[in-house]
Amino acid sequence: MTTTIKDRTAIVGIGQTKFGKGLEDSELSLACQAISMAIDDAGLEPSDVDGLAMFSMENGREVEVARNVGLGDITYFGEIGYGGGAGCGTVGHAAMAVATRQCEVAVAWRARKRSAKGSRPWANVNQRLGGATQWSRPFGLLRPVDEIAMLARRYMHEFGATRDHLANVALAFRTHANRNPNATMYEKPLTRAGYMKARWISEPLCLFDNCLETDGALAVVIVSAERAKDLRQPPAYIHSFAQSIPRQHQVMTNYFCDDPLLGPSYACARLLWQHSDFTPADVRVAQLYDAFSPLIPLSLEGYGFCKRGEGAAFTDNGALEWPHGRLPTNTAGGGMSEAYVHGFNLVLEGVRQIRGTSTSQVEGAQCCLVTSGEGVPTSALLLRR
Amino acid sequence: MESGFLLPDLDDDDAAPFWQGTARGELLVQTCAACSRRRLPPRPMCPHCRSLRHEWKRLSGRGTIWSFVVAHPPLLPVYQQLAPYNVITVALDDDPQLRLVGNLVARPDGPINEIDPAMIRIGEPVRVVFQQVEDVHLPRWMRV
Repeated sequence: MTTTIKDRTAIVGIGQTKFGKGLEDSELSLACQAISMAIDDAGLEPSDVDGLAMFSMENGREVEVARNVGLGDITYFGEIGYGGGAGCGTVGHAAMAVATRQCEVAVAWRARKRSAKGSRPWANVNQRLGGATQWSRPFGLLRPVDEIAMLARRYMHEFGATRDHLANVALAFRTHANRNPNATMYEKPLTRAGYMKARWISEPLCLFDNCLETDGALAVVIVSAERAKDLRQPPAYIHSFAQSIPRQHQVMTNYFCDDPLLGPSYACARLLWQHSDFTPADVRVAQLYDAFSPLIPLSLEGYGFCKRGEGAAFTDNGALEWPHGRLPTNTAGGGMSEAYVHGFNLVLEGVRQIRGTSTSQVEGAQCCLVTSGEGVPTSALLLRR
Repeated sequence: MESGFLLPDLDDDDAAPFWQGTARGELLVQTCAACSRRRLPPRPMCPHCRSLRHEWKRLSGRGTIWSFVVAHPPLLPVYQQLAPYNVITVALDDDPQLRLVGNLVARPDGPINEIDPAMIRIGEPVRVVFQQVEDVHLPRWMRV
């Protein structure tokens, strides 16, 4: 008998701290606050929690979180690597652990302070480079934005994408943030003219093609579908989950394989849809990982919303904008305009769309796609009512 | 002397022969001794035939610009002083599926910010030159 985790678990609690720059609390403290709020939101007790899934980049460790929040005996714990690619992966691993009864109540989270030690691994200048980075950093390809800009320029060249397409992405997410009081950019509108005259960061990408820099933490609680029925929140069922490290992949500087523009989302999407009752045509709202604007056309293609090379044109005519677009995307503002907490805020917005509590609610949406980092080993979730 | 540039560890397990080659003015690529396929970046095992045996073969040092960026601040100090500067990815003529990251320079010893970024085009033919920074010889590229 073949068994998948389809609809066997649900996200039943969400919690998040305020977003900001230079928050006083430590990352461990922020993690504990978000987890505590998520447990309360679910109507559960800390002692009910027996499973933990987190980013390997997390500074607060499982034992510290468990001791602070007063969790019960932990029988499942696991970590996912590769930064922004890990968000949906932690939720999916928690779901697999609950579905196989390795634990009953699992928590997944991300806490991050951009000013914290270790937050910017690319800025470590104290030692000689080994491994993959020696092929790019000596030449001044230093930051994540430089690494993605190299792929973006090639994408624009091959498929005729323009800065206007990238502006479509930035402007759509900003209009959603302008409706979300918790968003960093809530009170800061952006115009196309403002986008076009912004300073360069790494040509062809300007300031507004980049995500925000945010301190904050978010957490979710995952239980079995049976248990979810007895809890206070409408369950966001985990309908499908997938991860991928595509063949011959190199993290961020993926220039060395046969087809560098065939990103991790393709391999992830194949399994995600294989295990799903829905198809891309059924999806009416999405939360797509947006550390940089060019990741959106790449993800639209990878997850099957359009054909290869058509992702940029897909963004025309307000396609990503609530309420009338073909696919309202990043409806809380995303990493570019709500908060950049390694994409974990996208998971919570996916849950709110399923609950019907988004500030840009897509009426009648039966499911919501949530993705993690494109350009790195990645993961994705399809949540459903 | 510390230059402030990020530089490779010349004792790297897999890449040391590459950097020994650049010090001699040669662009080398790791080549499987069993199936003759080239691979870059270097690694212990051939992903095609799983052989652990390899040799280093010299490349022509010619290629075309596959993509490029122009980096602006904020950057690490020594790079910030040079900004805006170009970084290019070169598809090698010997095998266009092999690519190397570098910089486009106007002279064999020219800086990485001398070429007008607005004049750089994908597809431009280039040839390798080597520039010494500390004890490392970095491959950079000039227009043919």
